[in-house]
Parts: sequence; C-alpha cells; structure tokens
Amino acid sequence: MSKLITRRNFLRSSVVAGSGLVLAGCDQFNFLADQSNPIRQVVERANVLTYQAQRALIGEQTLAREYSASEIRQGQRPNGSTDPTTPEYQFLRAQDFVPYRFTVKGMVEREVSFSLDELRNMPARSQITRHDCVEGWSCIAKWTGTPLGPILDMARVKPGARYAVYHCFDNIQRTISGDILYYTSSDLVDAYHPQSILSYGLNDQPLPVANGAPVRLRIERALGYKQPKYLHTVELVDSLEGFGRGRGGYWEDTGYDWYGGI
Amino acid sequence: MTDIKSLPGSQGPLIYRQSIWTRITHWLWVICLFFLLLTGLQIFNAHPALYLGQESGFEYDNSILRIGAFNTDAGPRGRITLFGQTFDTTGVLGVSGPKERPVFTAFPGALTIPGYRDLATGRVVHFFFAWVFVGTMLVWFVASLVNGHLRRDVVPRPADLKALPSDIAAHARFRLKHGRSYGPLQKLSYFVVFFVLFPLIVLTGLTMSPGVNASAPWMLDLFGGRQTARTIHFIVMLLLVAFFVVHVLMVIAAGPINELRSMITGWYRASPGTPTGEGDKP
Repeated sequence: MSKLITRRNFLRSSVVAGSGLVLAGCDQFNFLADQSNPIRQVVERANVLTYQAQRALIGEQTLAREYSASEIRQGQRPNGSTDPTTPEYQFLRAQDFVPYRFTVKGMVEREVSFSLDELRNMPARSQITRHDCVEGWSCIAKWTGTPLGPILDMARVKPGARYAVYHCFDNIQRTISGDILYYTSSDLVDAYHPQSILSYGLNDQPLPVANGAPVRLRIERALGYKQPKYLHTVELVDSLEGFGRGRGGYWEDTGYDWYGGI
Repeated sequence: MTDIKSLPGSQGPLIYRQSIWTRITHWLWVICLFFLLLTGLQIFNAHPALYLGQESGFEYDNSILRIGAFNTDAGPRGRITLFGQTFDTTGVLGVSGPKERPVFTAFPGALTIPGYRDLATGRVVHFFFAWVFVGTMLVWFVASLVNGHLRRDVVPRPADLKALPSDIAAHARFRLKHGRSYGPLQKLSYFVVFFVLFPLIVLTGLTMSPGVNASAPWMLDLFGGRQTARTIHFIVMLLLVAFFVVHVLMVIAAGPINELRSMITGWYRASPGTPTGEGDKP
C-alpha cells in the first residue's frame, strides 16, 4: 500500500514541478537587453574579463589556424552589407575603384594614403582561414592582401594611440535621419597581428563587391563583425568615445561585445 | 509485506550529509545552468542548424540538424530536419505563438532569454554565466578534493560497480535507500556529470572561440572541427537537460522535503537502520 501512495504522490508532484518549468522562460529577464540597466552593465563586465584573459593567455603573434587548399569547398558566404548604395561607393564601383584611396589618419606622425594599385604592389600575404560569423556558422576561404602593420609603421603611430577605428563605405542601416555607415575597431595587438591583412583578393579572384570590395580587413582571431568590408580609413585614437554610441563599432553599439574573440 | 521502513514513527538518524561547499556550488550551478540553457537556445536561434566538420556547408550539405519555418497553403509550418528525416514541429520548433501572429524562431520565446530575438544580449549573459560556471567548478573541485566528498561520494569504487545491478533493480521498484553516502547509480551519474559532461561543455564552448583556436588548435582536432564542437556542445546540453529532469524526478521520488533540506541546511534524514555515527542527531 505504501508503495502505491508513493507512486501516486510521485506522479502528482512531478506534474506540479513540470508545469513550473514550462513557466520558467517567459519575459522576466528581458531587462537584461537594456544597455542602461545596472545589472546588464555588471553582466557585460564578463566581456572585459574574456578580453583580458585571452590577451594574457594567447601570444600577441600567435597565428589563427590556416587550412589547406583542399579545405576550400565553397565560395565565401556573404552577409551583412552586400551591395552598398551610398553615392560615394557607387561612384567608386563604377570607376572600377581606380579613384579609391586607403587612408591612415588620427594619432599618427604623418597621414598616409594609398591607391588600390599601390596596395597590390606592397608585399602580399595569402592565408586560407576560417571565417566565423557571430551567428554561429563558419566558412573557409583564401584571403590575399597586404599586412596592415607595416602600413601603420609608415604612418608612425603616436605612443598614446590605443585603438584603431576602421571606417567603411557601406550604409549598413538606413534611417530617416540618414545612413548609418559601418565601422568597427580593435586594439593595436589585432591591428599589428601578422595575419591582419588589407585583403583585395578572395579565393584567387579580385575581392567581389558582396564580400567587401575593394578592401576588407581580416582580423583572423575574431568573429566576422571584426572583419570590416568596404574599408577606406583606419583612424588611430586613444578613446572610442565620439564614434557612434561610443562602444567601438556598429554592432558593438547595438550590444555585441567589442573584442569579438569568442 | 510490511517492513520496518514503512512503519510510522520509526526513522533513521539525522546526518550532516552536504558540506557548505557542496550546497553553495549546487545552487550556483542551478542558477548558471538555467541562464546558460536559455541564452544558449537564444544563440542557437541565430543560426538554427548543426554541422559536422570545420565549416558550415552552404553549397554542399554537412548538416545533421536544421530547424526552420516554411510557408504552405495551410499557413506557416515549423519543421525540424534530423539526419535527413523531416518532422513537423509547428507550435514548438520553427513556428510558435498565436496563429494570427506567429513567431518564427527555432526555439520559442518562452525558452529563450530575452524572450525575443536578441543574439547580442544572449551572448553577453551566456558568457557571464559561463565564467561563473567555470569558477564554481574550480571551487567545487578543490573543496571536494580536500573535504573528501570526491573520494567518498563521487568517484565510483569497485564495490559500487559490483552493486550496480541490484541498485538498478531497486530503483526500478522505487525502493530508494537513504544512506550516509550516495548509492552506486547516484555516484555514477554525478561522476559522469562532473567529469564528462561539465568538462565537455566547457571545452566545446571554448573551441568555438576563434581566439582560443589560435592558441589551442589541438582542441579543433580533438573535437573534429569548430562546427562539430558546436554540435557536441548542443548534444551535451541535451544530456544535461536529461540529467536535470531525472535528478528532479529522483528528488521527488526520494522525498523532496528531506532532499531539499539536505541541500539547504546540510542535514539529511537517513533510512531506518542506518548505523549512527559521530555528529549525528536523533
């Protein structure tokens, strides 16, 4: 008899516990999406911890894995902006990017700028790497370009500079008060990393518009939103305030973490 | 067939079973795993497919699971494709919510944090609790090594393995013995959780980090590629959810008040006949 009661009680309690679980999700944690919420700000400190831990544990020059040619099994999947519609970009595109200039400015001894042909004539590096989108997917492709570090050295970065801000042509978001242009940023470790190249070639072809023509920066140890397409200017700064909402990038301004290495 | 166990008024000794370290880490894990699960499903919803290998096939198919929504003449339908087999999951996966205003996410909003699409917030909260989770693991491991919990209650001994068949039979008949230490099945399941599932879910999570990949490319090889690691991360999540369900059912079956008390105050009422020891209360 005792066994029967136990089993009946067991089933009844299980149903109660189970229905509690179903109600568990719901919307009571939506406040965590509010960037001004103090709890959200505490939770976001974990991103700083991740950044500092990875910088402390991963060598500054340590390379991202490079794959073999046989592991390129498909084209590079484009997403984000794939066809910028600003007049400035469409003009350059119509001119085959001949008037394009890549510029380094900000906290540098001398501002420098280069045409696409000049970039192509600089020492080139090719790397077959895996592109990891923050959404979760990955895609392997061969990127060809010239390393950013030596170009920064030509401009002679001033000692106080802490970040490189990457300015792009593409209007990632169109609002009633005008276009929002894509930008992102990195520390100088990522800017000077040997695999950080101004890529103008993809899978042995000129970089297509959908993938960021004429120049896309690769930061191979970070997620896709740290690989700015349609790049025209690198600005050296000591603070990210004053750009967008001050969080260091278009996606970063919407709440994505700045470092992007996880 | 009345035995002494079911006689009212007869009870075993009250024993101090759970140390403060076990109790604190237990409830920290409860909080962590709750947020990790619901933000994890939010992150999964950003690309609701799982693959085998280094990359995701867009021009070929290396997926083993896809969840999606499709419009049909009868309205939108949710579907899951698992190893090439497609099942209709309308209402739960792919398409959920009211018919007039359906929600097109893989997992429904009731199972995600936030309750709507917000990958950025999902990631921020996921990584916060991932840090707390790993910190709790370290505290638990050191404390349990020092206070003997590991040796006494978690790592199965040869005698436990020998007693396993009879323990399984006892569980099947709902005859649960409340002893001083854990039974063989309990030990084995906690051992698997602590030393297989927890490390696996942390390591596969780290293998998805391009930063970690650079310094520890061996992890990519260990799990067979970043996308395989992501798939294993998902499977281990399912196993932990299964453990959670069984764990809670067993607590209910074994006497929820006594079990909960032991995980809050540390004191546990053992079965009648349990030999009393030093420090026990009547």
